[in-house]
Amino acid sequence: MCLALPARVVELHPDQVATVDLDGVRRRVSTALLEEVAVGDYVVLHVGFALTRLDVEEAEATLALFAQLAADDPAGPGGR
Amino acid sequence: MRYTEGLRDPRAARALAEGLRRELDPRRRYRIMEFCGGHTHTLCRYGIPGMLPANVELVHGPGCPVCVLPISRVDQALQLAARPEVTLCTYGDMLRVPGREGRSLAAARAGGADVRVVYSPSDALALARARPERQVVFFAVGFETTTPPTAVVVRGAAAQGLGNFSVLCNHVLTPPAIDAVLDGDAGLDGIIGPGHVCTVVGTGPLVAIAGARRVPIVVAGFEPLDLLQAIGMLVAQIEAGRSDVENAYTRSVRPEGNPKAMATVDEVMEVRPRFALRGLGELPHAGLRIRPAWAAWDAERRFELVDELVADHPACICGSILRGAKRPSDCRVFGTACTPDTPLGACMVSSEGACAAWFEYGAPR
Amino acid sequence: MELAHGAGGRATAQLVRELFRAAWSNPVLDTEDDAALVDLPPGRVVFSTDGHVVSPLEFPGGDIGRLAVNGTVNDVAMLGARPLWLSVGLILEEGLPLAVLARVVASVAEAAREAGVAVATGDTKVVERGKGDGLFLTTTGLGVVPPGRTPPSGRSARPGDVLLLSGPVGDHGAAVLSVREGLAFDGPIRSDTRPLGGLVEAMYAAASPHVLRDPTRGGLATALNEIAHQSGVGLTVDEAQVAVRAPVAALAELLGLDPLYLANEGQLVAACAPADAPALLAAMRAHPDGREATAIGHVEAEPGVRLATRFGGRRPLRWLAADPLPRIC
Repeated sequence: MCLALPARVVELHPDQVATVDLDGVRRRVSTALLEEVAVGDYVVLHVGFALTRLDVEEAEATLALFAQLAADDPAGPGGR
Repeated sequence: MRYTEGLRDPRAARALAEGLRRELDPRRRYRIMEFCGGHTHTLCRYGIPGMLPANVELVHGPGCPVCVLPISRVDQALQLAARPEVTLCTYGDMLRVPGREGRSLAAARAGGADVRVVYSPSDALALARARPERQVVFFAVGFETTTPPTAVVVRGAAAQGLGNFSVLCNHVLTPPAIDAVLDGDAGLDGIIGPGHVCTVVGTGPLVAIAGARRVPIVVAGFEPLDLLQAIGMLVAQIEAGRSDVENAYTRSVRPEGNPKAMATVDEVMEVRPRFALRGLGELPHAGLRIRPAWAAWDAERRFELVDELVADHPACICGSILRGAKRPSDCRVFGTACTPDTPLGACMVSSEGACAAWFEYGAPR
Repeated sequence: MELAHGAGGRATAQLVRELFRAAWSNPVLDTEDDAALVDLPPGRVVFSTDGHVVSPLEFPGGDIGRLAVNGTVNDVAMLGARPLWLSVGLILEEGLPLAVLARVVASVAEAAREAGVAVATGDTKVVERGKGDGLFLTTTGLGVVPPGRTPPSGRSARPGDVLLLSGPVGDHGAAVLSVREGLAFDGPIRSDTRPLGGLVEAMYAAASPHVLRDPTRGGLATALNEIAHQSGVGLTVDEAQVAVRAPVAALAELLGLDPLYLANEGQLVAACAPADAPALLAAMRAHPDGREATAIGHVEAEPGVRLATRFGGRRPLRWLAADPLPRIC
């Protein structure tokens, strides 16, 4: 129910199938639940289906926020 | 974009925990429940409860669809697996869940039943295509995240004219379950909302609950920083006396969810008037079944299945634990008769259940 | 394969001669006696047996033949012995394509050569179709502990000992999973099956470890629990020091599995006195099979196996009752 991961679309095939890549691991998955998808998109993958396209802008904003917090960490870089 | 490192940075975690500490009132307790088993997994794996101030209590929620599936439904899967012509396809999570008398699909397989673990319902469909002489049944479980794939596969079976494929549909719905959890005296101050369920259904279905129950809900992603951020947002709402639904998983969740996925589900399935969730009892509109138009692929119609209510063990207090009213340590069989290897109740049956997590990782502080 | 091939008559003799003896020829095997007469160098004798039931028979990076040879060679090496001889017992299912058998036999030959061992004796039986998973292989290995060497043991871990790991974990388990029906994933993941005798000798040239163990089924976490249990000690492992190759980590995440519980077939974990750790680590890293060796933790008196997570927390590494299953939750 919850285990879903972002993977990158590397190839599109007929009949609503795409090949996705996650760190070199590839699988054919269904894109039947998406309105549109393009090579290079990141999709959230669950039980062999793409559930949504990742919003790259939002992802980058989230990462930037956390990176800023990490930089402000009073314990300093590499500190524990 | 292998970006998970940025979502697991311990320095940002410390900063978020610090921010939380500054926000909260040291004189009160905050009881926060994560609804979703995947969140329980992340919290335990990264030791997040231990990073929080002592007055923030994280209460593990219903766990996941494995936990709340009634024993009688597991028994139905076992009935099907016992038929020599049936190949029963299941997600790995269900393989060792005991039915009545403690038998599981794994035990059935050891006894000669044709039970296969699949990663995707598409694999079950492909199997039906490859083995026309077998009756392939897909044991469909899951909340709203997992339901659209099942619906797609039923449509696929119809399009391919497959007469040897059917689905035993046990999909369940989150809002009635959250509502049941909030019903009563759990004293929960906030809920961490299920990020992938909301990826499908959006945040709308949670709004009515938050308002009616006056409990804030923050929808979170599944990396440790996602959860720390969501907990901080909940504390801020609690302090401000708000009970809104907020989305902290904006990279995946849109307010409207995935309309195409929802339409696909709606085409193939309908809401059952009532469905029992283990530990929470019979709830209205809590489960889905396959619509009459797709009856040809509904295992409940194709096969005669017995649906006999199976009571939980008399010592089981999972209902109270699922509602956050009691702790696993309050249960007199916790860790003795009831363990992850010999689960008696819903909360121990999957590794994300409250009791299983408690057993494995200790009491979250 | 046909039942006649295992009946013990002419068909069997022909199969044995043309396939097995041809591929595994050496003076001991070539006597064509049912049992083997071998001379062993001085030292205590170690022998070990393993049944191999892997399915599918062939997977990225190897097959059941290579797995069997390396697995048994490594079991012998983990007691500080130099592996010398193997016996090979085959149970074949009627209908197994001879081409598959030939490939497995060739793999056994190649793996034995690489490991510096020879097949001294063997046996073949054929079972009816439906009664075997294609091919079951049982190998027994004989080795000798050089005189003067104290054999390591799972019972010999002491509080204060340093834990060393020879390389990344989870490759074999991931490789087999990636080709299992219903889970088919493509990628660069290959089994790490390899003989570790050479690495063990390189280690002994530097110092004597207390414990040597090759984590196989159940992964590193299981091997660590076994050691802790046998020695009556506890272990703390530093997650940041346990390497997992990116595609293996990715596959594990996709399936909801923990790489620490995925099988290995070409790694070893050692426990040694703290004073010996630097020399052992250097010796491992100087060897082709230990280039990525790291110190991953230490032995403590407090029982249990614990992981110090990258995140700064701690969690237990439980001894699981059975293999973890792919999950959706």
